[in-house]
Amino acid sequence: MIIEKSAVAGTLESSDAQVTVEPAENGIELEISSSVMNQYGRQIKATVLETLDRLDVKNGRVTVVDKGALDCTLKARVECAVFRSCGQSDKNIPWGGAIK
Amino acid sequence: MIPRPKPERFRLRRTMMFMNAQKPGLIKDAYIYGVDSIMLDLEDAVAENQKDAARFSLYHALKTIDYGDTEVIVRINGLDTPHWQEDIRVCVAGGADGIRIAKCESAQDVLTVEKAVEAAEKEFGVEVGRTLLMAALESPKGILNAYEICAASPRMFGVAISGGDFRKCMQTKPTASGIDMVTARGMMLIAARAVGIQCFDTVFTDLDDMEGFINETKQNKEMGFDGKSLINPKQIRPVHEIFAPTEKEVMQAELMVRAFREAAAQGIGVFTVNGKMVDVAFIPGAERTLKLAKACGMYEGDLV
Repeated sequence: MIIEKSAVAGTLESSDAQVTVEPAENGIELEISSSVMNQYGRQIKATVLETLDRLDVKNGRVTVVDKGALDCTLKARVECAVFRSCGQSDKNIPWGGAIK
Repeated sequence: MIPRPKPERFRLRRTMMFMNAQKPGLIKDAYIYGVDSIMLDLEDAVAENQKDAARFSLYHALKTIDYGDTEVIVRINGLDTPHWQEDIRVCVAGGADGIRIAKCESAQDVLTVEKAVEAAEKEFGVEVGRTLLMAALESPKGILNAYEICAASPRMFGVAISGGDFRKCMQTKPTASGIDMVTARGMMLIAARAVGIQCFDTVFTDLDDMEGFINETKQNKEMGFDGKSLINPKQIRPVHEIFAPTEKEVMQAELMVRAFREAAAQGIGVFTVNGKMVDVAFIPGAERTLKLAKACGMYEGDLV
């Protein structure tokens, strides 16, 4: 998928994560800040990159503000932000396909 | 991925707790509370501009969290919104046990949802017929059409009344005696029992008024409800206690079922237990009492 415009998903509440995606041209630029950076920073990074890879996102600036989200929450927020950036978040989502 | 067993149309549903599908932080602990069913909400708990985000959260919450024996139902948006079709797709793809139809007013509403559910089951390779349905009756029209709604589909396992919207339509307020809704509750119960499905009461929204909550729950049990919708974990235990059978009822039920099975094996149809006449008509009720007792930890035998 191609990130067409800036989009945000998620909140700054505890157990959530706020993910912002913006258009960019030279690969993925990922910035993470987390309340549990020391323990889970690597895991968060791996989950975000894996999710972007599944969505076939090649380019984009991705900012994650993590508040102790579970992996499944993190995935949901990244996916929603990417689908919103393409204006495709409302229907015909590939559940079980690119989303899994 | 946690595979969920095939949903049971008839199971114990004393408590059904609403949870915002947007908040996996809450959902992940749901099974710990010991509630019979959780109701993940895509409707009123989710703001209009977050409906899309809630579905992504819901999908992963359905697929990754282990709910154990807790039943997982999803409340979808009304048929008058642009959201319900995608809601159904995500419920079925995620493997929810059942779908609650909000603001249901006719058998046609059930059929409309059923058709979309079946299409989604085919799309996602889910066994056709797996996904159960229940309907929330929230208007006078819904109550008047309760029977046709209950009977509309073999997927239907129950109906619930939704007090907030119903009282709005009726221009009434909650009362301590329940007089404001006694007719609607009664009509819905009769319809549900006529079809042979379950019936659930509405939520009690004043969390500080535990006495009022307990009184309403007692009335629910006396009227014949199977269970109650809840909004907070602290409401679970009182409902389970009120819906629990007494020890005497459990002993009587056990005697009846055992005696009936022995008598039936000898070709006897009607007999007495402790001086009371018993025939086949008493047995489903007695078996239900034993199942309830088992769920409450009061019965450990093997009759049910």
